[in-house]
Amino acid sequence: MNKQEFLMQLRKGLSGLPKEDIDERLTFYSEMIDDRMEDGISEETAVCEIGPASELVSQIIADIPLGKLVKEKITPKKKLKAWEIVLIALGSPIWLSLLIAAFAVIFSLYVVLWSVIIVLWAAFASFVACGLAGVAAGVYFAVGGIGLTGIAMMGAGIVCAGLSVFMFFGCKTATKGILNLTKKLAIWIKNCFIKKEEA
Amino acid sequence: MDIQLKRGLLDICVLAAIRSEDSYGYKIIKDMKPYIELSESTLYTILKRLETAKMLTVRTAEHDGRLRKYYHITDEGLTRIDEFKSDWQEILSIYRFVTKEDDGDE
Repeated sequence: MNKQEFLMQLRKGLSGLPKEDIDERLTFYSEMIDDRMEDGISEETAVCEIGPASELVSQIIADIPLGKLVKEKITPKKKLKAWEIVLIALGSPIWLSLLIAAFAVIFSLYVVLWSVIIVLWAAFASFVACGLAGVAAGVYFAVGGIGLTGIAMMGAGIVCAGLSVFMFFGCKTATKGILNLTKKLAIWIKNCFIKKEEA
Repeated sequence: MDIQLKRGLLDICVLAAIRSEDSYGYKIIKDMKPYIELSESTLYTILKRLETAKMLTVRTAEHDGRLRKYYHITDEGLTRIDEFKSDWQEILSIYRFVTKEDDGDE
């Protein structure tokens, strides 16, 4: 890939960002490639060293706050005409409720993901509690002279404690996975604001 | 290296790379290479952040018929390096504490 193609891919991927932002980044990468070539590196290799444009794009988007993307998307490119403003005002019962619904959906996605984490850890906590309570109750019964029940209780307690140890590692991995998922979700939402522009 | 730790160090390294004379993107990466790896997109973010924090200024100058951005360290940037140096003394003493047990003969 040559420099021109690389920069074009980058521009396409970043469309949806403010124009000055795109220009500044493109100038930056263009300078980087030029300086490499001046250093005796071939154009092809120089572009290669910067890395694939698609990877750069996703990295850049991940770094940009969502607010900036949304603002760029909803700021009109030209001044609104009077009738357009009237339409927007009249249509507000529709688009406002749709907008609220969209945010509600995104919010609920996060809530669902977080509740999974909370449920898992709650289950873990209850296993720990059962383990402790089982052993304590077992000791209590055994001392109180009800030996068999005591041993059964203690056994159940120890089983719960054992399960909780397994569960701890499971919960830890699941939490990590879900946190990764929320990160991906954020990137996906940001992409929604960017991809539309290409179409 | 730990990502958080590296992130903090990279800012200082970029400042150090432009301390003695104004420098440009590719040279900063090349100068830092023997010490710490840095990708272009990371450098861009760091330069932006340092510029916003007024630790460096940017000027565009012509070079070989094209434009190139040069980065110049400000007094705030120099102060940041000094702060890092004094922080480092503290980190060193923490390091000595952490590794004390490893020596065994104490």
